[in-house]
Amino acid sequence: MTVGLFIPCYVDQFYPNAGIATLQLLEKLGVNVVYPENQTCCGQPMANSGYEHLTGKCDELFVDNFSSFDYIVAPSGSCTLHVKEHLHAHQYPEKAKHIRSHIYELVEFLTDVLKVDKLPARFPHKVGVHQSCHGQRGLKLSQMTELVEPFFSKPLQLLNMVEGIELVPLDRTDECCGFGGTFCVAEEAVSVKMGKDRVADHIRHGAEYITGADMSCLMHMEGILRREKSNVKVLHIAEILNAG
Amino acid sequence: MNSEQKEHAGLAETFNKDEDRVNWHDETLWWIRQKRDKSAHNIPEWETLRNTASAIKNHVLSNLHNYLVEFEANAKANGIIVHWAANAQEHNQIVHGILKEHGITQMVKSKSMLTEECHLNEYLAQQGVDVIDSDLGERIVQLAKEPPSHIVLPCIHKKKEEIGEIFHENLGTPAGVSDPQVLTETARQHLRETFLTRKVALTGVNFAIAETGDFVVCTNEGNADMGAHLSDVHIACMGIEKLIPKRRHLAIFLRLLTRSATGQPITTYSSHFRKPRPGQQMHLVLVDNGRSTQLGRPDFRNSLKCIRCGACMNTCPVYRRSGGHSYHSAIAGPIGSILAPNLDMRQYADLPFASTLCGSCSNVCPVKIDIHDQLYKWRQVIVKEGYGNKAKGVGLKVMNWTLSSPGAYHTAGKLGRAVMRIAPFAVNNPLNPWYKHREMPQAPKESFGEWYKKNRK
Repeated sequence: MTVGLFIPCYVDQFYPNAGIATLQLLEKLGVNVVYPENQTCCGQPMANSGYEHLTGKCDELFVDNFSSFDYIVAPSGSCTLHVKEHLHAHQYPEKAKHIRSHIYELVEFLTDVLKVDKLPARFPHKVGVHQSCHGQRGLKLSQMTELVEPFFSKPLQLLNMVEGIELVPLDRTDECCGFGGTFCVAEEAVSVKMGKDRVADHIRHGAEYITGADMSCLMHMEGILRREKSNVKVLHIAEILNAG
Repeated sequence: MNSEQKEHAGLAETFNKDEDRVNWHDETLWWIRQKRDKSAHNIPEWETLRNTASAIKNHVLSNLHNYLVEFEANAKANGIIVHWAANAQEHNQIVHGILKEHGITQMVKSKSMLTEECHLNEYLAQQGVDVIDSDLGERIVQLAKEPPSHIVLPCIHKKKEEIGEIFHENLGTPAGVSDPQVLTETARQHLRETFLTRKVALTGVNFAIAETGDFVVCTNEGNADMGAHLSDVHIACMGIEKLIPKRRHLAIFLRLLTRSATGQPITTYSSHFRKPRPGQQMHLVLVDNGRSTQLGRPDFRNSLKCIRCGACMNTCPVYRRSGGHSYHSAIAGPIGSILAPNLDMRQYADLPFASTLCGSCSNVCPVKIDIHDQLYKWRQVIVKEGYGNKAKGVGLKVMNWTLSSPGAYHTAGKLGRAVMRIAPFAVNNPLNPWYKHREMPQAPKESFGEWYKKNRK
C-alpha cells in the first residue's frame, strides 16, 4: 500500500511540525508514504468564497499529483472534505473519482483503514479536544450533539491509546471555533468572538493543550491564545499521537 | 441606512461592541438549544420523525400544484373565501381590500412571519389602518418600533429591564419595573381591550391540510384564538408551501415543531380552523412571493420545506453572536440566509457568507433542509451573477493564480515567511483584519516541503 501524503498549503508553510508528525506516525505504523513535491492547495479557500468555478487548475494539479496512489491522507478534515465533495477534473473524471473515494483525513485513516488499536505514544498532559466542524459534521469523525444517535468518536478512540494523557471535559463539545476560511477576516468580529469563547471553555476546564484534526481551527485559536498571553498551546492531533 | 451599513459583517461588528450583551444573547439562545436537545433525546424515534417530515414536505413540493387546487376546493366548500397573491404587494392590497369593504381602520394581528416578509404593518399604516400585534414578544418590538429579531422569539434581543422601560413609556407602568409577571399582566390588560373592540383579526398559518381544507395555527399565548373568535372577520395568511397532504400527517409536524423551537413537547394551543362560525367571515390569502421561483431552483427548492421553528437560529454560533437584526431581513439566521437571496440577490448578497458552514443548522432542522450546503451553493451563484464582494474577489483571484502553480506557490511561501520573520510589521498592522484581535502564526524558516527535501530524499 502506498499513501500519497497531502499536506495542506497553510500546514506546509506555517505548521511543518504537524506535517512531519503525520509522516513519522504513518511510517511508524509501517505505511509506505510519498509526498508529491508539486502539490499546493485543495482549492477550498476560493470555493468557499464562491469561486469554485476558478479552481479548475488547482483541481487538475491535485489530480496530477495524487491519482496514482492507493490512498491519499491529509492531516486536515476540512481540506479532505473539500476534495471528497468538490474535486473535479474534466479531462480525467475517473482519476478525480478515484481520489474522491480514496482520500482520508489522518484520524479516520488510522481508525478505519489501518484499524490501529494501540499506539506507542506518551503525552502526560491535560488536553482539550476541539471538534472541527468539517471533520465532525462533514466526515463524521465523531457523533454530533444535535442528533439522537449513539455516541462515537474516532479522535477520542486514538487519544485514549496515548499513555498519561488526561482529556478535559468541555461545556460545549462541538461548537464551531469561528475560523470558517475567509470568514475569519470577512466577519472578523464574530469570528474572533467565537474563537475567544471556544478557547475560554478549554481554559476553564484546565486544558494545557488544545488539539484537533484541523490545524486551521487551531491556528485561529492559537492567534487568540497568544494575543491573550495565555500559556495554553495548540497541537495537531498527529503531534500527540506521535509523541513520546 | 446606507448600503454599506446594511452588510451583515458591519452590523455584527456593531453588535459585538458590547461583549457582555453578546455573552447574554449567546447564552440565552444556547439555553434554548439545550432545551431542544433534551426534548429531542426523549424521543427515541426522533431521527425517523425528521426523515418522515422531510419526505412528506418533499412530496408536497413535487406535487404542490395538485395539493393547492385540492386545498382551495375543500376550503371553499367549508365556506372560506380564498384569495391568491402573487407577491407581497398583492397580499397587502388583498388584506387592505377586505378591511375597506368592512369600513375597518383597526385590526388585531397574531404573529405571522409572512406579514413581516410582506411588510404589511407599514403598508396598512400608510393606508390609515392601525395594527396591533397581540403576541407579547411581537407587541414589545412593535412598541419599540423595531422588527422582530427571531421568528419564534421576536424580542429575544431585549433584556427585561429594557422591556420595562418600553412599557413605562408606552403603557404607563411605573419606571424601573422589570418583573416579567407584572409586565405580562400589564400587556394582558391592555390587549384585552384591543381584542374586545377589534372587528378584524389576522393570523398566520402553520399547517394547511389539503384533504380537509383545514388550517392549523400554533401559539403559546392563545392570542390567535382570542382574536379570531372575537372578530367578525378572520383573515389567515399563508405561504403556498405550508400545505400537508392529510390530516394524519399533522401529528408528525406537531411533534417536531415545538420540540425543535423551544424544547416544549407541544405548543400550548394548536388551533384548528375549518369554517367560519355563523355570522363570521373567514378569508384565506395564499401567497407566492418568490416561492415558485425558489421551487424552480433545483439546488434551493427544498428550503421551502421550512416549518419556521427557528432551531437553526438557536444553534447557529454566528446568529447567537451577531443578533437577528444583523441579517437585515424579515427572517434572520441560517434559514433566512438561504431564503432572502431568492427574493433579492443584490440586497442579500452578504447573507450566505455570514456563516462558517459549520453545519449545525442542518443537523437540528426538523425537516432536514441541507442549509449549510445551500449556503455554499448560494455563494457560487452570487459570485457568478456579479453580486460578490469585489475587493475580496481580486484577492482570491491572485491567491488562486498562486495556488495553481507549484513554482509560484513555493516562491510566494518562502518570500511571505521571510517577510514575516524579518519585517513582522508588514503583516502585524491594522490593515490586516486577522491581526486586530489575533497574533499571526509564527513563520518557520523551513516549510514542510523544504524539510522533506532535506530529510527524505
